[in-house]
Amino acid sequence: MNPAHWSAIRLTAELAALTTVLLLLIGTPVAWWLARTRSALKPLVSSVVAMPLVLPPSVLGFYLLLLMGPQGPVGQFTQAMGLGRLPFTFAGLVVASVLYSMPFVVQPLQQAFEAIPERTLEAAATLRASPWDRFFSVALPLARPGLVTASVLGFAHTVGEFGVVLMIGGNIPGETRVLSVAIYDHVEASEYADAHRLAAGMVVFALVVLVSLYLTNRPARDEAASRP
Amino acid sequence: MIAAKLALARPGFALDVTLELPAQGITALFGPSGCGKTTVLRALAGLERARGRIAMGNEVWQDDATGAFVPTYRRPLGYVIQEAALFPHLDVRRNLTYGLRRTGGGSASAELDQAVELLGIGTLMNRRTPTLSGGERQRVAIARALATRPRLLLMDEPLAALDAARKAEILPYLERLHTQLALPIIYVTHAMDELTRLADHLVLMERGHVLAAGPLTELLSRTDLPIGRQDEAGVVIEARVAEHDAAFGLSRIAFEGGSLWVGETDKPLGEQVRARVLARDVSVARVAPAQTSVVNVLPAVLESLQADRSTALLRLAIGGGPGAGTRTWLLARITRRSCESLALRPGDTLYAQVKGVALM
Repeated sequence: MNPAHWSAIRLTAELAALTTVLLLLIGTPVAWWLARTRSALKPLVSSVVAMPLVLPPSVLGFYLLLLMGPQGPVGQFTQAMGLGRLPFTFAGLVVASVLYSMPFVVQPLQQAFEAIPERTLEAAATLRASPWDRFFSVALPLARPGLVTASVLGFAHTVGEFGVVLMIGGNIPGETRVLSVAIYDHVEASEYADAHRLAAGMVVFALVVLVSLYLTNRPARDEAASRP
Repeated sequence: MIAAKLALARPGFALDVTLELPAQGITALFGPSGCGKTTVLRALAGLERARGRIAMGNEVWQDDATGAFVPTYRRPLGYVIQEAALFPHLDVRRNLTYGLRRTGGGSASAELDQAVELLGIGTLMNRRTPTLSGGERQRVAIARALATRPRLLLMDEPLAALDAARKAEILPYLERLHTQLALPIIYVTHAMDELTRLADHLVLMERGHVLAAGPLTELLSRTDLPIGRQDEAGVVIEARVAEHDAAFGLSRIAFEGGSLWVGETDKPLGEQVRARVLARDVSVARVAPAQTSVVNVLPAVLESLQADRSTALLRLAIGGGPGAGTRTWLLARITRRSCESLALRPGDTLYAQVKGVALM
């Protein structure tokens, strides 16, 4: 492991952590809305959130590049705000990662919220809990397994992304060269030993994450099952 | 007084009711499933939005004329449903204090202690809710609602999910609620035994409408309501224990206009009891029966009768002739043939032979 490797690892961890936090903040209300709404817009919103699951990352990356580029509406906005341009920066990577990992956070959360019986929330209402109160004192605690799954999947998926990073971030050491890109570089340069070091680490990381996820989420909520 | 006027239309179902419910005792909303009784209860709680107006005393909870609508969490009510809906992530104690904290009671109060005592759940406090039995779960749900000091308790078939044994376990607690708390309760049920045991007032519903409303004893003694056509049709009599006959294992209960011998009860003399006499256990004779095994024979006046093809349902006034004020009624179901052969007419003086009386 050389300093460049550590830099790639740190960058990847920072990107994944920041993306996960932002995704939980954005994804939780979206998932809550999707789980409870009877709006006609629900299929459309669900589809938009799920798009990254079916689109090639290069398609997403291409359009983000256009949107955030100097001529794009987002690009014009960020320049007008004095923020500069987003493509080929860490901030641009965060924006792209949030969009790309969205379904991995929203879907487990949505399923967890949908599993909460309406009557449990109604019981809270009859016990004087306001809508916000019901959300924080009943819905969120009951959705905890979904929150854990969403965080882990959001983090792990961001660590594993490649196509979008390459399109939006390029390959700038210390700024946008994350692990997956670094591995690609080593392979291209036939530095297989270096590639192995990072790639094997990724395999172990994925395995540890998934095993601990399945272990923590194992006991399902058992109220219905144990009812005599 | 709880006054509500509610209307709601859904595919295949229309609700249109006007209710004036007394602000004391247990009022039962009774009717077949799908008659709208749960919808009424949910609308009273604000969980369902019907058109109309709801007022609890001087407090208006909903008035579409002014656009007023108090959300559920601001209505001082308790709500208990069939499934109990305890919070699975909280233990029993924290379930009980959930509402209490939100009514400014902190984590302890006299109301909570009283509810815990009343429902006998003191030993369950540290249990996780998924480990409770169905009966325990329901008792915790009731105590949780009581701890918020509600001014109205709404109960939606709280015993319907329980088997006979667990139902028998909870009914005494509900009776204690009734006798020990001055809390009006609206109780949705389609079970005749819960109705006759608990209710003071009755609202009979059918297909989204109110068929009749009034004191339980009065409505149960009417011959013109569908409830009279049921196999378990019969009256409820409020009485007091008047005499014990230890030698024969019988007790006598007395009520306005007469008395009845019943199987021996351990209740003391003077204690208020509720007796149920089924229509199919009452027969009539024109002359006082002699040498009969029937213990209870009461002089009665035939007030009205309702006949179908094979049976006739008689309403009999016990004690006191016409115009004697409040009386006790019995229902008698006999064959239409007997009715014809005795040539029964309203106003006839008869003897009611009562073969079965159940104390509740």
